[in-house]
Amino acid sequence: MAEEMELGCARPTGGPVGEPVEQNEPEKQKQAKEVSSMIKVGKKAPDFAAPAYYQGKFVSVKLSEYLGKWVVLCFYPGDFTFV
Amino acid sequence: MSIDSVFVHKMWVDDELSKMVKGGVPFPMLSDAGGKVGQVFGVYDEDAGVETRGRFIIDPEGIVQGFEVLTPPVGRNVQESLRQIQAFQHVRNTKGAEATPSGWQPGKVTLKPGPDLVGKVWEVWKTEMAFD
Repeated sequence: MAEEMELGCARPTGGPVGEPVEQNEPEKQKQAKEVSSMIKVGKKAPDFAAPAYYQGKFVSVKLSEYLGKWVVLCFYPGDFTFV
Repeated sequence: MSIDSVFVHKMWVDDELSKMVKGGVPFPMLSDAGGKVGQVFGVYDEDAGVETRGRFIIDPEGIVQGFEVLTPPVGRNVQESLRQIQAFQHVRNTKGAEATPSGWQPGKVTLKPGPDLVGKVWEVWKTEMAFD
């Protein structure tokens, strides 16, 4: 039977259940993961392009297009997640 | 930016946020399906499959001047983000000759780092000023 879920501020997600599947992650991938998040103050922000919704239109936004302006980049857990 | 699609962004902005902010959200709502950008910025939670509340202040040269990351249930303080931007802009306008002490707001006393100020900060800046 489906049970009613308690709602938090993170988007509810599921996943596989039962015996955990053994994962043999190659060493190379592990290393790549460790290097990937290296944000430091005083250092350049990594450039990116992302689809966006802006004033009624779907557009593509590139961080480097905002050079010359101050940018506040905000991440959040998900639309409709209360906070 | 969140892992939601631009279609969900549209529904959220048009149906709910536009009721909170007149004319809708004044900035682009970015989509990061798969969390690839969030990973690079260190805010993607792989277990939950969502991005945490990361906020990055990036200057006109593309340099990260500050960031803050919160877990989902606690919202940010927009006033504090604006205060930090004003402080970074002030430092930039003075070409680094002035620094903004704790609790600084526009119009309040700044510090001019140099040999004469060493050991003398207590004369020009009082602890109460951090709480004004």
